[in-house]
Amino acid sequence: MTSFAREAANPPYKLPPPIFGARCRACWFTAALLVLVVASFVSLDLDWAAFASVEAARSMGRFVAEFFPPDVSPVFVNKVAWAAWETLAMSALGTAMAALLGLALAVPASRLSTQDPAWLRSPTRWLLNALRAIPELVWAALLLISAGLGPMAGTLALALHTSGVLGRLFAEAMENVPAGPGDALRTQGVGPLRVFAYATLPQVLPQLMSYTLYRWENNIRAAAVLGVVGAGGLGQLLSFHMGLFHMNKTATILAAMLLMVACVDALSFAARRGLTR
Amino acid sequence: MSASVSPKPPARDPAFAARVFWLSLALVIVWPLAVATEFRPWVLWEPDNRKVTADFVRSFWPLVHTTEFLQMVLRETWRTVAMATAGVTLALVLAVPLSLLATRVLSLSALSGRMDRGPAVLRWCVRATLIVLRSIPELIWALVFVRVVGLGPTAGVLAIALTYGGMLGKVYAEILESGEAHATQTLMRNGSGRLQAFVYALLPSHAAELASYTVYRWECAIRSSVVLGFVGAGGLGQQLDNSMKMFNGGEVATLLLVFIALVALADRMSAWLRKVLA
Repeated sequence: MTSFAREAANPPYKLPPPIFGARCRACWFTAALLVLVVASFVSLDLDWAAFASVEAARSMGRFVAEFFPPDVSPVFVNKVAWAAWETLAMSALGTAMAALLGLALAVPASRLSTQDPAWLRSPTRWLLNALRAIPELVWAALLLISAGLGPMAGTLALALHTSGVLGRLFAEAMENVPAGPGDALRTQGVGPLRVFAYATLPQVLPQLMSYTLYRWENNIRAAAVLGVVGAGGLGQLLSFHMGLFHMNKTATILAAMLLMVACVDALSFAARRGLTR
Repeated sequence: MSASVSPKPPARDPAFAARVFWLSLALVIVWPLAVATEFRPWVLWEPDNRKVTADFVRSFWPLVHTTEFLQMVLRETWRTVAMATAGVTLALVLAVPLSLLATRVLSLSALSGRMDRGPAVLRWCVRATLIVLRSIPELIWALVFVRVVGLGPTAGVLAIALTYGGMLGKVYAEILESGEAHATQTLMRNGSGRLQAFVYALLPSHAAELASYTVYRWECAIRSSVVLGFVGAGGLGQQLDNSMKMFNGGEVATLLLVFIALVALADRMSAWLRKVLA
């Protein structure tokens, strides 16, 4: 049965909606955004005059011209290559330690079964958040006090920050694992440690590996600049020679850094493409 | 149970040999890494170092909370947020036109098969520029700009603008190319301009994704503007660096707590905004 509701032959004439209405959320949002942007530009004493002037352009030109020619003497290139290896080693060791520490923290931070009381879940998550919130560079600056100048401070800094990141990702992966295998073992009276080792861990291991590799890629990039505060690798060489105005050497180091980042990007792109195909 | 399974479980771990092999391989790989990074953790336990560390950590408490210091912290926190916001705004000015140039969907000549030689070369150059801008870390840009424009937030804002301009531009172009291009191409085939096709077809279907990525990058910019302070670009990072150099543990602890709170707040806000925008 059709209802015989009357419909107008033509839809009633409507005015276009007003541009600003008190109930329009998007308008308020846009206004707030504009206020934030304008306030930012006004409150920062940005020195555009010094930057846009002819004088600044000239000094920028001089600065860039000093880079050429880059120092490619074998002695110095060897030094840069060693620093690049140091950077790579820092990132690899830091990530490996972070994976172990992250796994150790992820276990108390996750509720592995419905019976698990997980008392430590929120305190451990707070710890992970704190580790993650402080950037590598700040950790490195803090650790310089106890570990001294050099790559060890950088390695530990990478390990601490990354363990916060990985711990959280690992915990989420473990909580989302299918419960079947674990429950099967548990009903047979197997203890929690062996349930973890033979049911939970094997299921999440591929995911854990892929997270770790992804963070390693990030950490290579981070390790290259960590040295700016004195924590080893290419960055330390860079800030040393830049501080002494050795611009030719600085150019070589910058080129090495770019090359390294480009190689990592290309490799990870190729690996991703190879894996998803 | 199939017959092949023995009724008695094996007495020892069947994968024992494999485990020993992988463990020793890992140790063999880790050894040169540890040598290269001068990794000697026992240095941390040497009496001198232990004393310095303990003194520094002990000086964290009490937190410094004089009115003067807190006012300074508040001011620097705002500067950090402002640097990130101004940087991302300038990055947008850079990224939007470049991503429009780099988007294949908006090419008129690509409607009929291959793109013309000229536009293809232009598009490739724009992509390369974006990738180069993105792959230089903002800290390096900041080090360079501190030399040119001197200490202060200008160097930080410019560094964020260039690196994030590259990141945003590249990702915008990828997002714009990812979706269904049908509506855009129909408009262009019927004679609308490329900008019209963008505004009426391409933008509406990708607006939520573009906006949420921008908000996420803004959150990242807040984190990195703190780091930029360490090379002299102002904000919380510079104060943290100063306090650390003076071994003033109380100030360091206060600044770290404020920083963690700021990051958590930005995190919450960006999560909320992304939920609203989606």
